[in-house]
Amino acid sequence: MRTFWITALLVLLGTIWPLAGFSNYHLFQLTLVVVYAIAILGQALLTGFNGQISLGHGAFYAIGAYTTAILMSTWNVPYWATLPISAVVCAIVGFLVGLPALRLEGLYLALTTFALAVAVPQVLKYKLFEDWTGGVQGLVIDKPEAPFGLPLSPDQWLYLFTVGIAVVLYIIAWNIVRGRVGRAMMAIRDHAMAAEAMGINLPMVKTSTFALSAMYTGLAGSLGAIAVQFVAPDSFGVFVSIFLFVGLVVGGVASIGGTLIGAAFIEFVPNLSDLVSKAAPGAVYGVILIAVMFLMPAGAGGFLYSMGRKLSRSRSAQTDTSEQAEETAAVSHDPMSGMMSMPASAAFVERPVTSESTGQND
Amino acid sequence: MLAGVLHQIMSGLATGGIYASVALALVMIYQSTHHVNFAQGEMATFSTYVALMFINAGFSYWEALVMAVVLSFIVGVAIERVLMRPLANAPVLASVGVFIGLLLVVNAMSGWFFDYTIKQFPSPFPDHPMLGGYLSGHELGSTGVTLLVLLSVYLFFRHTRLGLAMRAAAHNATSSRLVGIRVGWMLALGWGLAAAIGAVAGCMVAPIVFLDPNMMGGILLYAFAGALLGGIDSPLGSVLGGFAVGVIENLGGAYLVGTELKLTMALVIIVGVLLIKPTGLMGRRVYSRV
Amino acid sequence: MTNLLEAKGLHAAYGETRVLHGIDFAIRQGGVTALLGANGAGKTTTLRAICGLIRTRGEMTLDGKRIDGMATEDIVRLGVAHVPEGRGTFMELTVEENMRLGAYTRPAREATDDFEHMFDYFPRLKERYKQQAGTLSGGEQQMLAIVRALLLRPRLLLLDEPSFGLAPLIVQEIFRILGRIKEDAGVSILLVEQNAAIALEFAEDAYVLETGRIVMAGSSADISKDEGIRRSYLGY
Ligand SMILES: Nc1ncnc2c1ncn2[C@@H]1O[C@H](COP(=O)(O)OP(=O)(O)OP(=O)(O)O)[C@@H](O)[C@H]1O
Ligand SMILES: [Mg+2]
Repeated sequence: MRTFWITALLVLLGTIWPLAGFSNYHLFQLTLVVVYAIAILGQALLTGFNGQISLGHGAFYAIGAYTTAILMSTWNVPYWATLPISAVVCAIVGFLVGLPALRLEGLYLALTTFALAVAVPQVLKYKLFEDWTGGVQGLVIDKPEAPFGLPLSPDQWLYLFTVGIAVVLYIIAWNIVRGRVGRAMMAIRDHAMAAEAMGINLPMVKTSTFALSAMYTGLAGSLGAIAVQFVAPDSFGVFVSIFLFVGLVVGGVASIGGTLIGAAFIEFVPNLSDLVSKAAPGAVYGVILIAVMFLMPAGAGGFLYSMGRKLSRSRSAQTDTSEQAEETAAVSHDPMSGMMSMPASAAFVERPVTSESTGQND
Repeated sequence: MLAGVLHQIMSGLATGGIYASVALALVMIYQSTHHVNFAQGEMATFSTYVALMFINAGFSYWEALVMAVVLSFIVGVAIERVLMRPLANAPVLASVGVFIGLLLVVNAMSGWFFDYTIKQFPSPFPDHPMLGGYLSGHELGSTGVTLLVLLSVYLFFRHTRLGLAMRAAAHNATSSRLVGIRVGWMLALGWGLAAAIGAVAGCMVAPIVFLDPNMMGGILLYAFAGALLGGIDSPLGSVLGGFAVGVIENLGGAYLVGTELKLTMALVIIVGVLLIKPTGLMGRRVYSRV
Repeated sequence: MTNLLEAKGLHAAYGETRVLHGIDFAIRQGGVTALLGANGAGKTTTLRAICGLIRTRGEMTLDGKRIDGMATEDIVRLGVAHVPEGRGTFMELTVEENMRLGAYTRPAREATDDFEHMFDYFPRLKERYKQQAGTLSGGEQQMLAIVRALLLRPRLLLLDEPSFGLAPLIVQEIFRILGRIKEDAGVSILLVEQNAAIALEFAEDAYVLETGRIVMAGSSADISKDEGIRRSYLGY
């Protein structure tokens, strides 16, 4: 309980401080970080906690963004009212994508969702939809003003609004992951057959996770569209999906807190490295992605988490080393013991060495 | 009408050859490692830039092509030795991550070294229509080159000791070691060959679509579709699948959905195959082992 | 008689699972040695350890040369052929290709001459020469596995349960041919068998393995005479 209040206080302080001290542009950037964090959280639920690898979450992001943009520009729906609609639309699409995904084993799902990501801009440009989507031109939408005569600039208001939504979404995700459903999700990830034998309804959990995940990422797309005030097919190319994937892996695939780190990473790394060259962000993403895979497979979230564990352990139990070893083992086996992140053990830990794997060192 | 269809089929076969080559490259790596090289397209693009660099330096098209192919082969081998070997038993997510990382790095390198402007790429073939106007000179020539490459690859695997050893290593690594095959090197050679084939495909397609760092993005998708259609562990199947996808794409684009949704057709083929016949049309039959 | 292979204090493990706990054994030049034991005793693991297919600790020498820690490919190239558990057939390739692979380390022409020799032992394989190996019967696959190993011209042949899953008649046939091969090629054999009676009859020396430790070593004759060993370890 105490950690809850501390977290709440930190979130509150962290929210208010930028409001007071940041320029509108920096607030806008922070808003995008929060937006990406939600998008990555959606992908984490699916890939990190449920083990379904998606390389195409940019598609859901695009659908959310376009739903909001179309509702706002064609039907003059107020921006806040587009969110529930977008959530429902994306959840349905997610569910529908989740159905065939049931039959796709890990790598094939990655491949298919990758194909989805590549195909997205073409669909958005398609001329039959042009009346709604605005074709290649895309759609421009208005930036919402602060309501109730609050003395806030639009950027300040949008920032607060986005953070508010994010807090709700994080609390929901947090509770899902810690609850019975979350345990089922992870059981399927770690050992699908055993999970089914335990009576978990595999298709049900997997498709619902897909729907939930798409809903999160789609909502992020909606918020992103409102913040950027513009949607166009070419802003939703395959690289959106890839960047979300990068953010996910860098933060730690099965780490709720890590999504924030991942989001900050994909927002700020291009800004910094763009100064070097147009190619630098991609190169940095790529190199870091590979490095994380080799050096820190649990991502930044997982890394910080295990560092925290080590620290607290060396403070409290300086007693028996064998106990420590046992505890380490327990950590990787009990995904429920985490505070902010949970080791995606099955997703990353190497398979046991078999006769095939040795002797390949020529 | 009939002439139109015929024309679409012919030029479908011409682009299909490119898909077939890339599909073959994908399958060669998949067969031996069960990894899908998401960076295959970007690697081919980079090789094409290298070829263009040689051409601009004054070499002829063919000299440039050969040098680019050789370099690609070496780089492919190096990538396998350095990056892929530690992944031999890694879980799917880790390997996908590394391949996506490789895609990003190679794509960035193309942009970095050769900048992002769209470049024209010369064709060594005559520029007038051939075969009674059904194909352009380049289409005919590139199809010829593609077929030649595929045929040599086939002969290499079928009739050489090294080719046999590579096939053996792909099918059964342990047994291969037990007859003295250096399996690690076979995988590296496979990577080198895949990269080399990709380089040829890149140089053949670049005169048609122009060269930019994302040139192969869509082509990779069609290659996926072709590989899956034919059977992702069947080299022959993937080649036929690649040609088939080229024809389907062209006919569909002309008569069914219009050219704007061609990529979506690739997606539909991929999903369709995976759901209806995941082994593809010529995928490996599974033998029960005693 | 000198020893072809010697192992001292051999340990082996699969990841965390330790399977061999420091065993010593030797295989005599030109002799047949049987390795017996219950299921899970570590017989297959011992053969894999010799070929460097798993990580080991301890010392192994082939003809006086250290081979522990060497890569499988290099051990094989020193003349160690392994007919593995499950036969290791290249299912997707033809019988011919399987045989060519057996001779992979040798000059092609020399090996092709050997093919005729092999067909003398196993005429069946000649009939199946162009057939996909995955379609062979179990017994035929076992023959093919032995042929693949022999085509290496090995000095040491490791056989892992050649009788597994075969009808008694075929088992007899295979052992008869193995006897011939031993005479012809002068190869030393390490034989793992569930069927202890057959193995002890075929081998001169024997070791009995129990959960990763050698509990009995001696001549086959002595071991088959030992009522206690027979009852408790060999079950016949
Ligand atoms: N790849 C592996 N990973 C983990 N443990 C293994 C592996 N292979 C074998 N083992 C274990 O090692 C032990 C010895 O196995 P081994 O295959 O050597 O037995 P064996 O004597 O050949 O038995 P059998 O007569 O049944 O073939 C067994 O307990 C087995 O469970
Ligand atoms: Mg065994």
